[in-house]
Amino acid sequence: MNRFEYREAQTVQEAVEMMRQEEGARIVAGATDVLIRWRQGAWKPRYVLNIKRIKGLDEVSYSPDSGLSLGTLATIRTLERHPHIQEHYPALAQAATAFAGVQIRNLATVGGNVCNASPAGDTLPALLAYGAECRIAGPEGERLVPLEQFCLGPGQTALQPAELLVALRLPPPPPRAGALYIKHSPRSTMDIATVGVASVISLAAQPGVCQEVKIALGAVAPTVVRATAAEALLRGQSVDTERLQQAAQAAAQTANPIDDIRGTAAHRRAVVAPLVQRTLHYAVQMAQGSRLPFQMQRGLAVEAVF
Amino acid sequence: MTHPLSLTINGESYTLLVEPYCSLLDMLRDELQLTGTKKGCDEGDCGACTVLMNGKTVTSCMVLALDARDKEITTVEGLRQGNTLHPVQAAFVQYGGVQCGFCTPGLIMSGVGLLLENPRPTEEEVRFAIGGNLCRCTGYAKVVQAILKAAETMQAQAS
Repeated sequence: MNRFEYREAQTVQEAVEMMRQEEGARIVAGATDVLIRWRQGAWKPRYVLNIKRIKGLDEVSYSPDSGLSLGTLATIRTLERHPHIQEHYPALAQAATAFAGVQIRNLATVGGNVCNASPAGDTLPALLAYGAECRIAGPEGERLVPLEQFCLGPGQTALQPAELLVALRLPPPPPRAGALYIKHSPRSTMDIATVGVASVISLAAQPGVCQEVKIALGAVAPTVVRATAAEALLRGQSVDTERLQQAAQAAAQTANPIDDIRGTAAHRRAVVAPLVQRTLHYAVQMAQGSRLPFQMQRGLAVEAVF
Repeated sequence: MTHPLSLTINGESYTLLVEPYCSLLDMLRDELQLTGTKKGCDEGDCGACTVLMNGKTVTSCMVLALDARDKEITTVEGLRQGNTLHPVQAAFVQYGGVQCGFCTPGLIMSGVGLLLENPRPTEEEVRFAIGGNLCRCTGYAKVVQAILKAAETMQAQAS
């Protein structure tokens, strides 16, 4: 393990300036990924740049007109418990409950989970399905990048040198919407997803017809991916069981998984269709007005052997 | 290069010099000899190092000591009042929530943290709250029972 130095920034500008002037930074917020990678010897920062003292960077705000803004330092525990997130972005709150254990959720930040860019990151399918955009600050000022273009591969992001993810912005949820995240994992806590699926659907004024849908798959490709072919089968169509099944089969075609300790590629491919089917089924029910208590959503969101 | 750090641990103010890469866990154990907090995995998976930071449970192996500046830390040593065990500690003893004991401080801190947020948890909520604490001896049943009984005791004391 290398020995690193320690710096703190009080403002976003100060953080950017520090990284611009001195190479070898590793930003820390919750530190729950950084310390592990450092102890494994995988990351050898010259210095860690603690951004947790930057005021306001943990703010969560919601309005029906502008949607949800998540400061990069908002903890996973905040996503889990925030009443506006539970109500308007339920798949994100569900994903937060499926994330590690309470102690890690109290530390880990949404920005960290996004920047870690793991294909199995629990918040990523929900953020992608809700159309999240990344607000990035850097030496040239600020820019907005859709999450789809932010995660480039395992651990690879669109962040350029001296850039910092400062917030995530999610558009307002459409009316008559429902959503479910399901994490399929060997263990119910403290493990990452073998496969994760988030589906967000909204219904047209005409009963039983899909207006808009987004299906995001985790841990089955180098990044979290949208199942666009499956979405196209549903848009403007009536959401009967047969149609949902067809979409689920189409989503499985999008998966391009690998073998690893949590499952073979074949296992992952086989799990995608039933997970997509189930997320769509419950999302449609919610969109049709079924009030599923959050405790029940939390139970649906984790599918584990232990 | 060491940096100065001021924080509160179990109600007492401390100022000390720590290395940038020192975890809160190593600082508690090695600098302050507060060895009640255990080091199990050192990667945030086992929960043996759970402490309260500003009233919330965290795995202290995943916290840089310097990040705890100006924060209030409670370790298992800080729970008792004089010679009286905290109700969660007492319930672990009474209901057999302890076997080898290594995970016990972490489980107790998770129980205390849960009851701070939710004084009347259901069994499911207790199990959910201790999901980040590994115990290889007890099978968890008596741990869950102890936390539920402690909640009852604390309710009775409060009323």
